[in-house]
Amino acid sequence: MADKKTPLVKELTKGIIKENPTLVMLLGMCPTLAVTTQAMNGIGMGLATTFVLLGSNIVISALRKVIPDKVRIPAFIVIIASFVTLIGFLLEGFVPSLYDSLGIYLTLITVNCIIFGRAEMFASKNGILASAFDAIGMGAGFTLALFLMGSVREIIGAGQWMGIKLPVLSENPMLFFIMPAGGFFTLGMIIAAVNKLKNKKPPQELGCGGCPNAKNCGKEGDCH
Amino acid sequence: MKTILAIMLSAMLTDNFVLSKFMGICPFLGVSKKLDSAAGMGVAVTFVMICATIVTYPIHHEILVPNGLEYFDTVVFILVIALFVQLVENFLKKCVPSLYSSLGVYLPLITTNCAVLGVTVLNIDNNYTFFQSIINALFGGLGFMIVLVIFSGVRKKLEYADIPETFKGVPATLIAASIVSISFMGFAGLIK
Repeated sequence: MADKKTPLVKELTKGIIKENPTLVMLLGMCPTLAVTTQAMNGIGMGLATTFVLLGSNIVISALRKVIPDKVRIPAFIVIIASFVTLIGFLLEGFVPSLYDSLGIYLTLITVNCIIFGRAEMFASKNGILASAFDAIGMGAGFTLALFLMGSVREIIGAGQWMGIKLPVLSENPMLFFIMPAGGFFTLGMIIAAVNKLKNKKPPQELGCGGCPNAKNCGKEGDCH
Repeated sequence: MKTILAIMLSAMLTDNFVLSKFMGICPFLGVSKKLDSAAGMGVAVTFVMICATIVTYPIHHEILVPNGLEYFDTVVFILVIALFVQLVENFLKKCVPSLYSSLGVYLPLITTNCAVLGVTVLNIDNNYTFFQSIINALFGGLGFMIVLVIFSGVRKKLEYADIPETFKGVPATLIAASIVSISFMGFAGLIK
């Protein structure tokens, strides 16, 4: 199937399902759990991350022959942090409500494993166009996963969806689901469901695979 | 004095970095398999958190704010943390090799730990004084360590449990984390 598609389309679609960064590769867990009390926040966080990912992937890919290997990690960090600052300004100016509800987690996009992982595993080895498509695909997968998490938690935990009250559920919302503990529980359930659907053995190792430092926790990924 | 106590308790228990702020989930899930690596990671994170706070706080208040450059916080902080972690690693390697052999492997991981960047940014956002910031970093780090150590025990038990095939691995770990998180909700009444 995948062989028939052109490579660029493959870069775009692999992030959405097959290599979904959150649900399959288990990267970027912190924002996944923290901001998904509402579906809308999930989308906002997903899009903000996609923006940063796209920008950093393009810049890192363009500079991949200029950046010396030894200082690549600080160089990547500075590029990513610059884009995070940029998206912070944009959101503060145009969507202040989202800026407030994402709060500190907007700053923490800087240390999101997905962005770092893509920079290390993909953008530093591939051309600009392929990296851009990879970023859009991964960003879409991340946004989708966050939207799914946010929907489940908002519908069960608050009895509403995207701010619209639902008839029966809103009378007896299960507060547990919008509490931190509910976040862990929902994510666990969703990953289990994904495993079941894929009908495959669940990943035994927890995913630092994309982390540039994966070798240090004894789980050397495809990097290095 | 009362506020200091409040910061201590909230950083360590009620607003625990891992279980209620969701910072540092990667090491929480990745390094909590064995008790000694969990404790080692906890010590290393606490140490880096305190040092990062000591370095970034003056940078923000003495250099960035007077020049109207607060928006450079993210870039400067993460760079400082990355450089600092590197520095500590090299220093330990040269001067205290015994400590390096036990903590060294965790140090590079810490650069991308959101708890460290998180604590430095939170200190600024909450307008803490220098002393309060250090207390926040110290007890936040201790809270991180407590959770990692507790969870390593939970995971040891989990290995012997008979879990359905679909839930093996990550899902079971996350659900166990959820239960640990519920138990930490019991601390909520400590601070009013």
